[in-house]
Amino acid sequence: MAFVAPKESYSGKVSEVTIGTDKTISFGGENVLPFQSFEGTVPHRPVIAYEIQDVPPGDWPETVKSVYEAVSSDPVSWAKFCEDKLNAKAIALRLIGTHPDRENRSAEDAKRVVRDVLSAIKVPLIILGSNHVEKDSEVLVAVAEAAKDKNCIIGKAQEGNYKTITAAAMAHNHKLIAMSELDINLSKQLNILITQMGFPKERLITDPMCSALGYGIEYTYSVMERIRLAALTQNDAVMQPPMLGDVGTYVWKVKETQASENELPHWGSLKERSITWEAVTAAAMLIAGAELLIMRHPEAVQVVERFVDELMQ
Amino acid sequence: MALTGVEIFKLLPKTNCKKCGHPTCLAFAMKLAQRQASLDQCPDVSDEAKRILGEASAPPIRPVSFGTGDRTLKMGEEMVLFRHEKKFVNPTVFAVEIKDTEADEKINSIVEDVLSSEIDRVGQKLRVDAILINNVSEDVSRFETVIKTVSSKAANVPLIISTTSPTVAEAALKLVASWRPILYGANKDNAEQMANLAKTYKVPLGVKAEGLEALSSLTEKIKSLGVEELVIDSGAIKAKDIIEHNTLIRRAALKKNFKPLGYPVINFCEREDKVLEALIASLGIMKYSSIVVLSSVEKWKNLSLFTLRQNIYTDPQVPMQVEQKIYRIGEPKPDSPLLITTNFSLTYFIVSGEIENSKVPSRLAVMDCEGLSVLTAWAAGKFTAAKIAQFIKESGIENEISHKELIIPGYVAILSGAIEEKLPGWKVTVGPREANGIPAFLRQRMS
Ligand code: B12
Ligand code: SF4
Repeated sequence: MAFVAPKESYSGKVSEVTIGTDKTISFGGENVLPFQSFEGTVPHRPVIAYEIQDVPPGDWPETVKSVYEAVSSDPVSWAKFCEDKLNAKAIALRLIGTHPDRENRSAEDAKRVVRDVLSAIKVPLIILGSNHVEKDSEVLVAVAEAAKDKNCIIGKAQEGNYKTITAAAMAHNHKLIAMSELDINLSKQLNILITQMGFPKERLITDPMCSALGYGIEYTYSVMERIRLAALTQNDAVMQPPMLGDVGTYVWKVKETQASENELPHWGSLKERSITWEAVTAAAMLIAGAELLIMRHPEAVQVVERFVDELMQ
Repeated sequence: MALTGVEIFKLLPKTNCKKCGHPTCLAFAMKLAQRQASLDQCPDVSDEAKRILGEASAPPIRPVSFGTGDRTLKMGEEMVLFRHEKKFVNPTVFAVEIKDTEADEKINSIVEDVLSSEIDRVGQKLRVDAILINNVSEDVSRFETVIKTVSSKAANVPLIISTTSPTVAEAALKLVASWRPILYGANKDNAEQMANLAKTYKVPLGVKAEGLEALSSLTEKIKSLGVEELVIDSGAIKAKDIIEHNTLIRRAALKKNFKPLGYPVINFCEREDKVLEALIASLGIMKYSSIVVLSSVEKWKNLSLFTLRQNIYTDPQVPMQVEQKIYRIGEPKPDSPLLITTNFSLTYFIVSGEIENSKVPSRLAVMDCEGLSVLTAWAAGKFTAAKIAQFIKESGIENEISHKELIIPGYVAILSGAIEEKLPGWKVTVGPREANGIPAFLRQRMS
């Protein structure tokens, strides 16, 4: 019995998204399952964006907070640090301080931060709300305007607020993240609603909702695999946007990234453990199909980049 | 590929003699197709039919095991490419490599790491499963010494004996064949001798060739020599090659029923950078490795790998769950606190772990919510005020405790009023949102 490589060819293709103006970067565009370049084309590496916030990261665990100690009191210096010192390819600014249960900063404050950060950096910017459905629809509409024509990614549009956010992203020429909660049908439904408003599917990014290693990652993993299979095998256009893995925010709140080695000797060194936790979560998202990751710890980002090097050749 | 009832029928004697206990050959064929009957019930079936049916009904990826007793490691038997289709069957084996050129201290410390690697996560015991001893020295007596050291310290830990020299292999097998190690292994130059050793000593054989074509011909050759318990290595080291080879191997076995690659796969994931090594091993876990070989087994690295393996190999249809009941943590007295949560095992183990950490003896009421987490169960209407009230009433807990206070998870604070309404006389206290707030919360109540 001679071996014949059982290669697949798919009818569909992931859409290709380019972001930024000064320095642009592209992701997506492949017509195969993740990293399976032996049977098709994978034109781009996945992109990893560094997460920063509009307010100091008081709630981040020490291991990752300490990296940004000197810069994180000011979003502009934080962003510059990521671009200049860490060679960030993109930056994700989370406007967590606008959350009503947090600092409850206004949409005006958010606009100012976005303008300041945009004028300080050349790499593309991803602008995220605080994940408060009502407040986000106010804040994200304002910042989409402040970032007009800067070709940013705005997010996240959810079932409860997609109309205003989509309209703003459309009017000001941005890409848009559509997030639903770990359900392939809900994800498809939201993408349909958004494209029905006239938003081009080529500018969409799907966030099927991330989860950390050990805390439901298998659900995100399988939803992503199913979305990708639908995009490729059924050539289902609304399933073809590239996918986001919003890794850092989920990872850096679980016990494995916080408990000291004294407290739990059988878990080993906290520093390596927490960085590995973020890196393994990210790797799982990539293998499941994510083309865009948002991460926090530079050492985790770097090792995932090396992992991608090995996967791409 | 499994045969259909009609395809099987064509191979039967078609005499309808009923000796198999079925009215007709066709009826028997249908039962066979559904795996509800076994072929030896028909006394008249031809050898040819036996052979065809035997091959067709064999699992597309052969089951192979090594080690003995309760530490036996099962591999193979996988039926799908994607975990959402059906549960992945036999979890990836973690093996750490010991080179016989290492100093004795180093060897001892790796063995220690293996022996102390066991942790408990959501009720499962997880550990480094096996040790690969590599004859890098090419010296028989050194290899024997190291094997003796390892096997005396780590009795029962399944072994992989790595050498390409039949002489060395035989010396090693004389020491430990009864533990059923994998002999790794055979290549195109030593295939006959290694196959003979595997047969003589009754151990599974690791087979290595560069690339899938060469690997297929080599496994066919070895199979024709009578050895079928194989573990295969396509020579893939780089992540790109691992994902390509492992995907093509799994597809060939499952979709083409291509027997020469229908065996468990071993991948070497070792890297200078230990975090990168963890990522390569993670790739193996997700993409079809039956054995990943590691260079070291630090606790922090193990924890991620154990967890990923557990997550990827859970049943996608059934969340892991624990029994509905009131669990006693520590030695609770009648006035000890009563907390409530859902029966998703992850939730239960996190919450009960934190209650233990608090050192405050407590009762934890675990309510059946079909294995959903607190918020998911709440959103799905399974963790509602009415259901919680009913559960508390029916549990009989009221006769066991001297108070009527129920502590609920912070994320479902919104339920507190409604539970109080449905449980007259009870006071509902809202606990912290995250379980790691529980120790401080419980201790503060005590003072
Ligand atoms: C995995 C997951 C699923 C899985 C189910 C997994 C499972 N076995 O439960 C699936 C995909 C099936 C699912 C489905 C749904 N999900 Co869901 N899911 C999640 C996800 C990502 C993780 C849940 C999890 O495993 N958490 C880990 C466990 C350990 O957390 P936990 O049980 O809450 O326990 C923590 C605390 O509550 C606390 N705690 C627990 N018990 C106690 C007790 C006391 C006394 C105290 C003090 C503390 C305490 O300690 C724990 C650790 O800190 C969350 C989002 C997230 N990241 O949290 C959404 C989430 C829970 N899901 C959500 C929703 C809406 C749903 C669906 C209704 C809709 C949908 N997307 O399809 C369905 C409903 C399911 C059904 N059968 O109908 C929402 C709920 C929103 C809300 N506030 O109502 C969430 C929060 C997502 C979101 N951000 O919107 N989901
Ligand atoms: S025993 Fe064999 S030949 Fe007789 S009816 Fe059954 S299947 Fe047919």
